[in-house]
Amino acid sequence: MSLYTPLWKRLVIWGLVAIGVIMAVPNLFYTRVETRNDAAVAIEKSLKAGGAATPEQTSALDLWPSVMPSALVNLGLDLRGGAHLLAEVKLADVYKQRMNALWPEARDALKELRDTVGSVRREPSAPEELRISVSKPEGVQAALVKLQGLANNVVSLTGAGQKDIDVTLDGQVIVIALSPAEKLATDNRTMQQSLEIIRRRVDAAGTREPSIQRQGSDRIVIEVPGIGSAAELKAMIGTTAKLTFNQVLGRAADANTAPGAQKLVLPGNEPGEFYIVDENPVVTGEELTDAQPSFDQNNRPAVNFKFNVAGARKFGTYTGAHIGEPFAIVLDNKVISAPTIQSAITGGSGIITGNFSLEESTNLAVLLRAGALPAEMTFLEERTVGPELGQDSIDAGKIAALVGMGLVSLFMIASYGLFGSFAVVALVINMALIFGILSMIGGTLTLPGIAGIVLTIGMAVDANVLVYERIREELRTAHTPARAIEVGYERALSAIIDANFTTLITAVVLYFFGAGPVRGFAVALGIGIVTSVFTAIFVTRLLISAWFNWRKPKTLIV
Amino acid sequence: MAWRLRLAPEKTNINFFAYQWATFGGSMALMLLAFVIWGVMGLNFGIDFKGGTTMRTESTTVIDTGAYRQALSTLGLGDVAINEVFDPSFRSDQHVASIRISSADKTLAVTPEQLAAVEAALVKMDPALKVVSSETVGPKVSGELVSSSIIALTVTSLAIMAYLWLRFEWQFALGGVLALLHDVFITIGIFALFQLKFDLTIVAALLTILGYSINDTVVVFDRLRENLVKYKTMPLRDVMNLSVNETLSRTLMTSITTLIAVGAMLVLGGDVIRGFSFAIFVGILLGTYSSVYVAKNLVLFLGLDRSDKPRKTGKGADHEFANIDA
Repeated sequence: MSLYTPLWKRLVIWGLVAIGVIMAVPNLFYTRVETRNDAAVAIEKSLKAGGAATPEQTSALDLWPSVMPSALVNLGLDLRGGAHLLAEVKLADVYKQRMNALWPEARDALKELRDTVGSVRREPSAPEELRISVSKPEGVQAALVKLQGLANNVVSLTGAGQKDIDVTLDGQVIVIALSPAEKLATDNRTMQQSLEIIRRRVDAAGTREPSIQRQGSDRIVIEVPGIGSAAELKAMIGTTAKLTFNQVLGRAADANTAPGAQKLVLPGNEPGEFYIVDENPVVTGEELTDAQPSFDQNNRPAVNFKFNVAGARKFGTYTGAHIGEPFAIVLDNKVISAPTIQSAITGGSGIITGNFSLEESTNLAVLLRAGALPAEMTFLEERTVGPELGQDSIDAGKIAALVGMGLVSLFMIASYGLFGSFAVVALVINMALIFGILSMIGGTLTLPGIAGIVLTIGMAVDANVLVYERIREELRTAHTPARAIEVGYERALSAIIDANFTTLITAVVLYFFGAGPVRGFAVALGIGIVTSVFTAIFVTRLLISAWFNWRKPKTLIV
Repeated sequence: MAWRLRLAPEKTNINFFAYQWATFGGSMALMLLAFVIWGVMGLNFGIDFKGGTTMRTESTTVIDTGAYRQALSTLGLGDVAINEVFDPSFRSDQHVASIRISSADKTLAVTPEQLAAVEAALVKMDPALKVVSSETVGPKVSGELVSSSIIALTVTSLAIMAYLWLRFEWQFALGGVLALLHDVFITIGIFALFQLKFDLTIVAALLTILGYSINDTVVVFDRLRENLVKYKTMPLRDVMNLSVNETLSRTLMTSITTLIAVGAMLVLGGDVIRGFSFAIFVGILLGTYSSVYVAKNLVLFLGLDRSDKPRKTGKGADHEFANIDA
């Protein structure tokens, strides 16, 4: 009697093993493959930009044969070193901007009804709403209807058919606020914009594999390997680079001056210098089409900018009407210069001077081009891991994994002899499969992930133990060897599936519960469970039946 | 017969209920004790759950925590805890300290300026010092992490219970989950007793214990189910003893292999992950014990309906999903 496995099944099993092992191989030559991959990316980039590959890059390509797969397991921040930030976007900022932008529109609309409503006033209010009162009480209804006419349809899939603003009456005051549907749409837009701008800024710095992801309704997780510290990363993305051009209404002695409604007190470049400016900007940085570092007539670093058509028109009209008055160029709530308007600037371009260094002017131009973050961000969590600590962790993890694997192998062979060594072969294949799959799906290996793999080493042999113990029992009840092996695998299956399924449940919960390192653990554990069941059931079975059919033993000792 | 390492004799006939009051009762008492310790001493929460900052510094000069404290005393920080870290994997001139700073203001995180000041003060005290990692968690996030951890543990327990219920009987589900809670709470109790740092990775370890510990229990239950069909007239207690005896060798084998692997991680894996490895190590020990001495006792206590007659609900003699070969 012999153990039979159909050829196609054998081919499929060995095929899967082969694919897994081949995918895992690049990880054995990590630095070499990584250098090659970096070079490949760099070459592609420079080719796109019209350049050519440097000789070093071309020679780096030869470090790894191109016929081999080159995907690697990503190393998490705790292993490679780098910075992690959890940022919260202040979505309400945008509501406020919307309301401020709506006010002139509302005022103009009511101007047409001057005779019925009288004069129009903006009342103080919470930032996310606009409160408007009219001097003639009998005109309130007419004003309300007029303002309701300002509403547009919400532009989003879920909010279809709804208006973007709610216009209601609170006593004699008309209250305008964004509708819930519009708030939702705005929130999504704000998050998209923030993500995009952060991505552009981080990419511009040329760091490797940054990960920028939205989390929940108003949060962004930013992970950048290889960067020195979270503070550095924050400096890179946290600068809002919000540029506005505001009317200067006066000067103030200190920051605590009460500016009055719709006015702001902003610091200037010199200490003790404060400006009172109109809160509503004439033009904003969003209307810039270009910004380039340059020099002013005194050869000091400056930034040249260009407005789009609408911006140019607004700027032209404003400067034409206010010749001889100063206006403020405000960057991140600081007046960086307040030149006097010499003549109407109609060309739509201008120059920003301030006490910039060359580096600052270059950075400012980059930031202006990338656009401002639509809303302010606060940082809830910051983590920095130095590359040395990461390397120490990798080394320690490697040793622990090898020692663990060696001891488990010895133990298995001591307990089950030849069958134990089949389990050890399966264990080695299992390790290769875990790395192969992690590389294939672009998974990230973290320090807890290494622990997860080590844990898998211990647990992977469990399925074999279950099978072998079962075979022993079946041998005792006087089955023939072949029958005992077959029945052993068959009867142990239910326990194997049950036991591993519960662990898989945990891995899934861990994946959704955890972020960063813990998620890396969940991924490693989850993959480990699947591959260990595969190797323990199918691979050892093939090994055993191959041996059995070759030796045809009369008796079996497990 | 070739030599084999045996953890248990080929055929054992141990009565696992013999000292039920000591084993099961003792376990329950230990679990209660763990609760009390947890309640009285509290857990030494890491910044994940408490908010604040930890810094890890490395230097080639020997660490004098007093000098560190001195250097930071003028900065107007909240609570500062300085610990020297030891690990066999460190080089002889590698001296590592862990500094934990709670925010002076309960509602705000430690500011980046404060961190920069701390680093500057430390470097001034010891020019060879380097900050190799630093983590800051704001109070808003730490509060959320506490609740999401509790949710994760609850969801996992419920999911495992649901799975056991589908595959076995409800008594098994309750017995299994009791064994789980036993493992998890005693582990938490140990962390409270020794005031070991309890952070997010420990919660991950607890979740892993949930998954691992039920693993052993399930194997025993699986055999129990098989034997219940085989020996229809044998008293439940004896069937249980038989099942545990039959699976004993496997239970010990698996525990030992897993303990070997995790033990390697615990000793050699470095101090960064030590708490995590320790929690899993303890959990595996407890899990093995509880699958033998805790889970089935509750099932015995609750009793099983072993009659062959069709149930009122119209299900078959065995359980609805019991015959599915997944």
